[in-house]
Amino acid sequence: MAGNEPNTRPRAPHLQVYKWGPAMAVSILHRASGDGLAIVGACLFLWWLGAIAAGPDAYAAFVACIWHDPSPEISLFHQITNILGKVVLIGLTWAFFQHLFSGLRHLVLDTGAGYELKTNKLWSTVVIAAGVFATAATWLYIMAGAL
Amino acid sequence: MGDGSHLGKVRGLGSSGHGSQHWLQQRLTALGNILLVGFLFVSLIRLPLGDHAAVLRWASNPMVALALILMVVSVFWHLRLGLTVLIEDYVHGPIRLLALVLLNFYAIGGAAYGIFTIARIALAPVVAGPGGM
Repeated sequence: MAGNEPNTRPRAPHLQVYKWGPAMAVSILHRASGDGLAIVGACLFLWWLGAIAAGPDAYAAFVACIWHDPSPEISLFHQITNILGKVVLIGLTWAFFQHLFSGLRHLVLDTGAGYELKTNKLWSTVVIAAGVFATAATWLYIMAGAL
Repeated sequence: MGDGSHLGKVRGLGSSGHGSQHWLQQRLTALGNILLVGFLFVSLIRLPLGDHAAVLRWASNPMVALALILMVVSVFWHLRLGLTVLIEDYVHGPIRLLALVLLNFYAIGGAAYGIFTIARIALAPVVAGPGGM
């Protein structure tokens, strides 16, 4: 490790040196979930809006692509996109909750509160757990309605 | 210094005077997003999303259309700020400028498309129906 050699200025240890903790995880998850929402989420939203505006046929084609194709013989392309669409939607739900809870944590941190090691670790863990829990609850609710 | 290095160019000029702007705008649009994306999330859960007529009726309600337009502004402003920092952190060299230009095209173009589409839905002439104007 750096720092033991004589006559060297202190260097910031690189990422691998640190032991992963919840605060680090929640920080990079905030960025990852935000980027996912910004690119995938925003584009999917615009596609959905465009499909609503374009009329019933275009809207049906949109739903058949990303959710469920009602035709008896589903093309291989739609078989793939039907699965992919659900994976993306579940992923976006998680990204939404993760970014929301993590963002709320940041608003609290902005006031100067919550930097004590134990408090910081606790709320980082709570944010990650709440993101997963809220995603699971949402999709259980959706699936319960679909059955 | 004064030798053309980055530090030399800015030394003695003081702060640029708008260092806190990005930070503050990110927080304010975050608050907007909590309200407006929260509204969209609840709407998406409650809407029969497979029914085009029902979704269209919802989206063409003036209050809903207004909330959606505000949401597009808040979301695209916020994502532009966030992705700017992402590019500044990870993209180096001349490609950085290109990436920032493309990001601005995406943010402004996406927001314009979203707002125009919502307006198109909300202001579309009512095709047929009893009691129409």
